Amino acid sequence: MSTIIDYAPRLWEGLVVTLQLLVLGSLLALVIAFAAGLTRLSRHRLVRLPAAIFIEVFRGTSMIVQLFWFFYALPFLGIELPPFETGVVVLALNEGAYAAEIVRGAIKSRPAGQTEACIALGIGPAKRMRRILIPQSIPAMLPPFGNVLVDLFKNTSLVATITVLDLTYMGLEVRTNTGETTAIFATLLVIYFVVSLLLWVLMNGLERRFAIDRTKKSTRIKSWILSQPRGGAGA
Amino acid sequence: MTWNSEFALSILPDLLRGLWITIQATMAAITIALVLGLVVAVVRYLRIPVLSQVFGFFVLFIRGTPLLVQAYAAFFILPHYGIVLSALVTGIIVLGINYSAYTAEVYRAGIEDVAKGQWEAATALSLPGRPTWTRIVLPQAVRSIVPMLGNYWIQMFKDSAILSVITVAEVLYVGQTIGGSEFRFLEPLTIVGLLFLAVSYPAAVLIRRLERRLAISR
Repeated sequence: MSTIIDYAPRLWEGLVVTLQLLVLGSLLALVIAFAAGLTRLSRHRLVRLPAAIFIEVFRGTSMIVQLFWFFYALPFLGIELPPFETGVVVLALNEGAYAAEIVRGAIKSRPAGQTEACIALGIGPAKRMRRILIPQSIPAMLPPFGNVLVDLFKNTSLVATITVLDLTYMGLEVRTNTGETTAIFATLLVIYFVVSLLLWVLMNGLERRFAIDRTKKSTRIKSWILSQPRGGAGA
Repeated sequence: MTWNSEFALSILPDLLRGLWITIQATMAAITIALVLGLVVAVVRYLRIPVLSQVFGFFVLFIRGTPLLVQAYAAFFILPHYGIVLSALVTGIIVLGINYSAYTAEVYRAGIEDVAKGQWEAATALSLPGRPTWTRIVLPQAVRSIVPMLGNYWIQMFKDSAILSVITVAEVLYVGQTIGGSEFRFLEPLTIVGLLFLAVSYPAAVLIRRLERRLAISR
């Protein structure tokens, strides 16, 4: 175990890269989610179709396959991205596709009366979406967004396979150097678990902050976590 | 260098063989996940002291850590303790245990989904415990459980590609190997992606349809 402590700075460096991937990836994923989700709600087939294809392709294939494709195959088409950027883009596209379905589902499930009231009051489609439908849909989006966030965080580990020096990559390197297999993997798993817990607590807090019915008794964090399905799988 | 159809066609048989390994691994792992998940769900439902808490933490821990790291950990740690398994068997076990943490919750949610009035009606009619479960609760719970398990099965099929990192010769591993030896990655990796899509998309459509058929009209 003591040898691991000598290597703690390396693991710390890796964790910083992992957290950078998490932050940049989730911000970009959010943008993609709203862009694709709202496009898919369009009345025009030609607008809807590209969004639908994007969502189905990225949900229908594995993220590690997408990562390898962007890293190894895309250069053959003349587009070459550095490993870290590839990681951020693929994380965002993959989880953004899952989140897009959440955006679409939440907005679509608003009662028709909201849209009808807007029409009666002469509120146009753009303003209706921006001021009425989206704000109302946020409480419904937050719990599934939480799953996607945790999934995105866990998936950051995959970038180690395309030589990004993240926490997993550093862990494997320290293992090779020290041979402390059990201790290093226990350390890695605990670090990932602690960050996941923090993300769960954060999302639970956001959910309560945005809840429409704020008097509702707060659920215990553990039972809340367990009630969350795997991101996108149920969508 | 652009797409070469002749090359693509020549590597297709090897990739299909890899896909067959992927499917076999998924089938074996989902079996583990369905059984182990049920054990976890029953123990937690019965609130067996200590064991229930241990399983609760197990589920939380599995859900909070990446499958990739779990796979690496099992692959490197087990041989240290004299447990020597093939990469494929290790991969199947890791995938199965990982997904049992999700199926356990599916079973629980399915049972809790059954309206409280159904239990009360069974009690009011003095129906004994066994038929209450087998005739009233479970047939209704299955309606929501089956589509959810189906979705996890698809998710697991896609996640099985992660096992390529511990040298399981599934479809992505085959694609990478071909790419590495031929110095052409475009064709093998594109075909790998299309093969995943060709299985998972129809399966997802089927499950969506099944979900609609099983849905209770309220």
